[in-house]
Amino acid sequence: MFKPIAFLFRPIAKFGAYLLLMAKVLSRPERFRMYFKQYVSEMVKLGYDSIGIVLLISFFIGAVICIQIKLNIQSPWMPRMVVGYTTREIMLLEFSSSIMCLILAGKVGSNIASEIGTMRVTQQIDALDIMGVNSAAYLILPKILGLMTMIPLLVVFSIGAGIFGAFCTAWIGGVMTASDLEYGLQYNFVEWYIWCGFIKSLFFAFIIASVSAYFGYTVEGGSIAVGKASTDSVVSSSVLILFSDLILTQLLMG
Amino acid sequence: MIQIKSLHKSFDGRTVLDDINFTFNNGKTNLIIGQSGSGKTVLMKCLVGLLTPEEGEVLYDNRNFITMGKKEKKTLRREMGMIFQSAALFDSLSVLENVMFPLDMFSSMTNRERVKRAQFCLDRVNLIDAQNKYPGEISGGMQKRVAIARAIALQPQYLFCDEPNSGLDPKTSLVIDELIHDITTEYNMTTVINTHDMNSVLGIGDSILFICKGHKEWEGTKDDVFGATNKRLTDFIFASDLLQEIKTEKNKG
Repeated sequence: MFKPIAFLFRPIAKFGAYLLLMAKVLSRPERFRMYFKQYVSEMVKLGYDSIGIVLLISFFIGAVICIQIKLNIQSPWMPRMVVGYTTREIMLLEFSSSIMCLILAGKVGSNIASEIGTMRVTQQIDALDIMGVNSAAYLILPKILGLMTMIPLLVVFSIGAGIFGAFCTAWIGGVMTASDLEYGLQYNFVEWYIWCGFIKSLFFAFIIASVSAYFGYTVEGGSIAVGKASTDSVVSSSVLILFSDLILTQLLMG
Repeated sequence: MIQIKSLHKSFDGRTVLDDINFTFNNGKTNLIIGQSGSGKTVLMKCLVGLLTPEEGEVLYDNRNFITMGKKEKKTLRREMGMIFQSAALFDSLSVLENVMFPLDMFSSMTNRERVKRAQFCLDRVNLIDAQNKYPGEISGGMQKRVAIARAIALQPQYLFCDEPNSGLDPKTSLVIDELIHDITTEYNMTTVINTHDMNSVLGIGDSILFICKGHKEWEGTKDDVFGATNKRLTDFIFASDLLQEIKTEKNKG
């Protein structure tokens, strides 16, 4: 039977459970050496292993943005630097932080949720708890810190690959001259925008790692529940990224 | 020694454990037996603190586990070892790393000492040759033995085994039972085993607690089983014709 009150309060209860889990995650580690080992391993697994997909997607998006702007915006009445300028602004302000994190929410988020969820259903988390290990902190904290450490690097790679993609359309595709593109890319450059990208990506990295870990950690049942947790984690972190992007953009740029 | 007093646990108003009293003795293999759904696993989870009972006490050598503070609980947990039904080994770690994990986390040993201790534990369960393999590369019986090695790495006072024979062939089950029994005597631990394997009951049941629908139905030793008059117990234990025959012959003799 549909219970409207329970339906309304469920998200609040979930948010409360998420906060309680985060309080447990942020408690003092039992042994720093073991946490550091996990932290390094998570940096490799979540950050280093994502470099390939970030480079690939950013390269093509940079190239496509350049072509689209050239075809749709530039006219004899527009300065030739508009293409490079717009490509740079899109890559710096939105794609390399927000959209790239949305992509990572799919790749990294589902990975985190299914890994922790599988550990839950196979009683590996119970085994940690019985040993006296703070399982939430041991499993989740290194993932949050690992992703937050690696995300600025991924943002830099994404910006670089996007701009390289745009240059390739100029060099190989002959859409425009490389010097026009270069001029546009350098035109009216604001360093703060790079920092905005970094700041936003740090928030998004926290959302991806913590929300996905929450869904994985609270799995009850078997493989179907793990699959559902994985999907829920991607959907929830994507929505939260978009929502916080709005607030952060207003706060940082407004 | 672990004592449980008037333990009560329910889920959504449905009573799963009701007024359970029992003493799990030191240096003995204490078995909790009962049909599937009788409340064995819930009782085990209440003992190790994965579930909190609504009423009653769980006393570890007179220390009440339910009311003690977080810090004391953490210290007590280091005196516990547990073998799960699914072995619950960490997939990303090798066999040796799995056994070393509690040592890495809690001991003040040097790396060389930790490796040595882990290898000693693996040798104790005859798995020293598999130390570099991963859990996915070894059989179910071997995984259970690795779980035993991991559980004894910190030389615990209390060992809990949740259906250690499930999914194993009779011969491997026997090996696991003997291993647990030997280790219990060797380390003078309080071992609690949750099982419905009759070979375990008749083989290593130094002390047996039979629960049925959340109630304590019977308690005794493996030798008392054949003379037991409790109908629910005899129906449960001598369900197979073979065991019924053994019982008849034993009672005649």
